[in-house]
Amino acid sequence: MNFEPLFKPKTIAVFGVSLSNDRHPANVIYNKILLRYPVKVYPVNPKGGMLQQDRVYTEVSRIPNKIDLAVIAARAEFVPAILEDCIQNQVGGAVIISGGFAETGHRELQDKLVQLARAADFPFIGPNCLGIYAPARFDTFFLPGERLVRPDPGNVAIISQSGGVLVDQMVKFAEQGIGLSLAISIGNKALLREMELLKYLATDENTRVIAFYVEGFSRREGRRFVQAASLFPKPVVVLKSGKTAAGSRAVSSHTASLAGDYRVFSEIMAQYGVVEAVNEFEMASFCEALSCYQKRVAGNVGIISASGGHGALASDICAVRGLTLPQLTENTQASMLKKLSSSIQSIASIQNPVDLTGSAVDDDFVAAAECLSDSPEVDSVLLLLLPYSPGVSADLGARLSYVFRRSGKLLVAYVPHQEKYRMLIEGFELNNVPVSPSIEGAVLMIDAVRRCKTC
Amino acid sequence: MLNKAMREIVAKARKTGWILEPDAKRMLGLAGVNIPDFKMAATMEEAVAAADRIGYPVVAKVVSPDIMHKSDVQGVKVGIRDAEALQKTFADFSTKKGFCGVLVEEMVTGTELIIGALIDYQFGPVILLGVGGTGVEIYQDTAIRMAPVAEEDVIAMVGSLKGAALLKGYRGEDPVNIQDLTQLMLSVSNLVMALEDDMASMDLNPVKCDQSRCVVADARIILAAE
Repeated sequence: MNFEPLFKPKTIAVFGVSLSNDRHPANVIYNKILLRYPVKVYPVNPKGGMLQQDRVYTEVSRIPNKIDLAVIAARAEFVPAILEDCIQNQVGGAVIISGGFAETGHRELQDKLVQLARAADFPFIGPNCLGIYAPARFDTFFLPGERLVRPDPGNVAIISQSGGVLVDQMVKFAEQGIGLSLAISIGNKALLREMELLKYLATDENTRVIAFYVEGFSRREGRRFVQAASLFPKPVVVLKSGKTAAGSRAVSSHTASLAGDYRVFSEIMAQYGVVEAVNEFEMASFCEALSCYQKRVAGNVGIISASGGHGALASDICAVRGLTLPQLTENTQASMLKKLSSSIQSIASIQNPVDLTGSAVDDDFVAAAECLSDSPEVDSVLLLLLPYSPGVSADLGARLSYVFRRSGKLLVAYVPHQEKYRMLIEGFELNNVPVSPSIEGAVLMIDAVRRCKTC
Repeated sequence: MLNKAMREIVAKARKTGWILEPDAKRMLGLAGVNIPDFKMAATMEEAVAAADRIGYPVVAKVVSPDIMHKSDVQGVKVGIRDAEALQKTFADFSTKKGFCGVLVEEMVTGTELIIGALIDYQFGPVILLGVGGTGVEIYQDTAIRMAPVAEEDVIAMVGSLKGAALLKGYRGEDPVNIQDLTQLMLSVSNLVMALEDDMASMDLNPVKCDQSRCVVADARIILAAE
């Protein structure tokens, strides 16, 4: 099956546009593609006529161009005929937005779509979904552009069984400056499921991290999923819902009562190196970290802060997560002390966590970072920056990033306020250093890299 | 793959829906898993003869298709020292519901573990190792992996238990034979793969481990609904 027309279309036909209702999902999709994206788009409705100033085509064969992608938002009962028509006219793939299939008990109508597509080796997403969001290229979401929070193009792909969770995750990605390669809402996943998309994304050169929101797998699908995920060189992050749903198993066996559905899921994900996020906050943190850094770390963390309290809070979270804070060797300590400004030499604490105090200036942070990036006892560095202290400038993000780009070690930064310190944060993020607005989030980022087996 | 004798055990258990302990133990024995010396005795005379051969003290357990959890109905007696005590136990067990015999078995000692398996809808065969005995559900100290497992998986499973220290020789106690435990896990893992289409879950609880070996002291295999 060729997924290129589906995910990289140059021409799109939108089926089901209304001539009278501007808010019809098909119209929303048609308008946003027409006005916002670098692809050719054509509206289709068997009644024909004009939509604003454009001709509405009565059928796909009338469109004077080969169509890569069909976006179908017509009533469910019309969808099989539209799909057949698309297949006959060499359309490359389809996103079926329409609901009214298996989710409302019309399984036979859905099976009909799968039959048609399988016979013709024709890929489609859905039905009952939002479809595809490819930043700066195209999207099939029936949500008006001005209502969406739009993440930048980047290298994280998300696949979600729930359209709502997907859009919400995109809000969080945009807030945290995480870029997307593709976001796909798979709805009823009648034909294309997690497995097929995992395989496609493993070869997609724009994608470095593959994230899934999963409600459940079909029979043995979980087994095939983890086996495939462990073979691909890209990190896979999974967020699962339904963790607490009561199992339907007989309780007559100890094993069945000890190994509930979710425990089995969670431990098998870990066994195969899939990084499981337990909530959306972890999901965003893990994706950001892995999109920036994919080398193996054991989780020996060196902490640099400007406040003893921050260092202590971070140490506690590291301990809970099973990350270690190795003692710095006398050598490391001595060379760090020598490089610090004379004004803080007597007040700074150069144990791990390193506390440079509120009197530290940019050069002190750089000096401490250089020492830790040279010290073999530490493989990841957690920087807790408090930009309200007067010695810290907006250039520090970029300066520190360079230190770690030279050494190749993992650096993660905590900066407390996204808006106010934007330039400092961009200095990190544009240089591939992940930044979290919470201490816990920053620790989670190191944990994500530690848990990634393909790293 | 199941051999003919194993197939017959499964076929025979279809009616009750689970494999009773004597047959479950035979099945494990056929799969190369360490089991205690035991005998299924239908009469009191057979029981005494078996105990004479095995050597006292012995364990006696009620065998009944109606009793899945033997200890819930006082159907397990350990440390039986002589024929008289065994006869008394036999007589007591014979009044229990669905009684079809007594399993007479050598006494095994050691640290108690649970090894379990189930066929999960999403992931297929899954294997579990945990700190065992009657308190398993209280401690919830288990490691779960998708089967089949390899040697390094078993070592990681042991290491991930909170009770790992107990196995490695805590406070002067002898460590358990990890090599034998690993071998046992690998044999169970193979058996579970072979039983994928037939079983729902398997409890080997307790598995008793000491410095010399690991032995499955009790076993129950629940079949999948057909």
